[in-house]
Amino acid sequence: MSLELATRDGARIAEDLGRSPLALRGLTVSYGGEAAVFSTDMTVAPGAMTAIIGPNGAGKSTLLKAALGIVPSLAGQVTFWGQPLQTARARIAYVPQRASVDWDFPTQVLDVVIMGLYRELGIFRRLRARHIARAMDCLDRVGMRDFAERQIGQLSGGQQQRVFLARALAQEADLYLLDEPFAGVDAATEAAIIAVLKDLRDAGRTVVAVHHDLSTVETYFDRVFLLNRRPVAEGTVAAAFTQDTLQAAYGGRLNEGALVGTA
Amino acid sequence: MLLDALTLQLGYNAVLVTLGATALGVAAGTVGAFLYLRKRALVSDAISHATLPGLALAFLVAVALGGDGRALPLLMAGSALSAWAGLWCVGKLTRATRLSEDAAIGAVLSVFFGFGIVLLTVIQSLSAGRQAGLESFLLGATAGMLRADALVIAVGGALVLLAALALRRPFLMTAFDEGYARVQGIDTARLDLVLMTLVMAVTVVGLKIVGLILIVALLIIPAVAARFWSNHAPRVVLLSGLAGGLSGYLGAALSATAPDLPTGPIIVLIAFGLFALSLLAAPGRGVLAAALRHRRLQHRVHLRQGLLALAHGQPVYEALTRRMLRGAGLMRADGVPTDKGRAEAARVLLDESRWQALRRAEGLASLAARDDGLTRIDTILTPDQLADLDARMSLQEVR
Repeated sequence: MSLELATRDGARIAEDLGRSPLALRGLTVSYGGEAAVFSTDMTVAPGAMTAIIGPNGAGKSTLLKAALGIVPSLAGQVTFWGQPLQTARARIAYVPQRASVDWDFPTQVLDVVIMGLYRELGIFRRLRARHIARAMDCLDRVGMRDFAERQIGQLSGGQQQRVFLARALAQEADLYLLDEPFAGVDAATEAAIIAVLKDLRDAGRTVVAVHHDLSTVETYFDRVFLLNRRPVAEGTVAAAFTQDTLQAAYGGRLNEGALVGTA
Repeated sequence: MLLDALTLQLGYNAVLVTLGATALGVAAGTVGAFLYLRKRALVSDAISHATLPGLALAFLVAVALGGDGRALPLLMAGSALSAWAGLWCVGKLTRATRLSEDAAIGAVLSVFFGFGIVLLTVIQSLSAGRQAGLESFLLGATAGMLRADALVIAVGGALVLLAALALRRPFLMTAFDEGYARVQGIDTARLDLVLMTLVMAVTVVGLKIVGLILIVALLIIPAVAARFWSNHAPRVVLLSGLAGGLSGYLGAALSATAPDLPTGPIIVLIAFGLFALSLLAAPGRGVLAAALRHRRLQHRVHLRQGLLALAHGQPVYEALTRRMLRGAGLMRADGVPTDKGRAEAARVLLDESRWQALRRAEGLASLAARDDGLTRIDTILTPDQLADLDARMSLQEVR
């Protein structure tokens, strides 16, 4: 029960599913007979930045993908502001892992950002100047305006990640779900991304990111969700990101170096 | 003769075939481009081979019911049904087992095709089947094409084309980033099914002209050729449709100029010709352009290194470097720099030390990232910045 206590704090909006931008109840995902995520509850607090952390293979990305219906889940319930995914889609922006797409695909930076307008444009509506202006504006926010005409294959890893973020910004969503946004990006990009995410949070939006760098959790995020196939701890960084919870999540796999920042 | 064919003046049948082949080519090229960008090109192979048993069964059923087994719409319907069955098998095998899609395609393709060939052999032994000429659907045969056949092909091709273009946005989004497309509410599984249905429709429509074995070429080759010319997906689709249409038109016209020239194979050869041309000559992604780029870069590197060696009074040993320096009149045969060479070497040396200074210069250091060892610094910095840099350099020397 000590685990349960560690997840409690004042900011937690107990079981108020209706307010939580993303709530999971008993989510179980399986790949080929083995549970990748087992019976997981998670209640994302609105207007905060939450890091999903845990060791490799803990099911962090799988959790996001299952919540978004990209991979099928075996059991469990997923709600966004108390509603099913179908009704909440327009309010959700997703930033997939950079490595999940083929960057030799024949498309330009601006085209990728315009994909973020799909829910507005649909299949038939014409792309107008104001749409393009909005996409350019999003590129501006991540410092990529000058790259609008570039072929995406010519971008560095950090630039690719910024383009993905710009595409999500174009959706003008209320909930941003990011899968390892800082994986393999340069320091300048990391700073640029975190600045954009904090702006979103300050504007009342909710940000959830799968994160693997334990040393930056405290400076970047307000809340953490620790996962190792099962939920380990959930709450504010002060309450849930402790030696105990980390030990519980990572077990023997947590090396001393990674702990320095948390001591 | 060829001119007559190209201007559609070579008789009624030739005109029908040429128009039909052009329509088919445009439809196949367009749908094929979406398929290629979705990285599912191989599926078309399974679909096309899986049409054969349906074709044969449709004929048998029609003959058994006392009808004419050779009616094109009937044969098309039969082949569509069995292509569906093949597609269903590939999907089921991939999803229900751990078989990868290429393995499933290989299995389905060969089994369906084998079964189809057995049925064809059976048909050959029937009295009604001997004149049916069903085997002509393997590679296409346009000799006895009717006006109605051409109309079916043209209308079918146009419908497929319209459907593909209408769905271009979700098609391309899914092709680039399936996960994201799904979160945006696109039912990617159903969209893939629609794409496969369009591929199937092209295959069935193309039975008469290119046949079921060669239709794969008309679906894939134009797309691959078009990819060489553009980095913009909608343009790749457009160019692919044009390349397909051109192949169909030229191929059909060419085959009409002589008796016994097979239409389908010639169309495919023309498509291949367009592909080979693209592979070689396309700017950017083409082989020649890449080789040229590499050579130009190599020359610049050698010239710069040679000049730096001269500036430092070091001997130049590498043959290519010597050749380049001498060719540019910068060095004499005995390795001594000419006056022009000395001047150039001094300029390169200055450039090099400026770049080094730039890395240490406060406020300007971020520009040093633009250094690739070849770019001249005065093309990167403004005159003011350059003067600033020079001032810092002389300051450092004084110290």
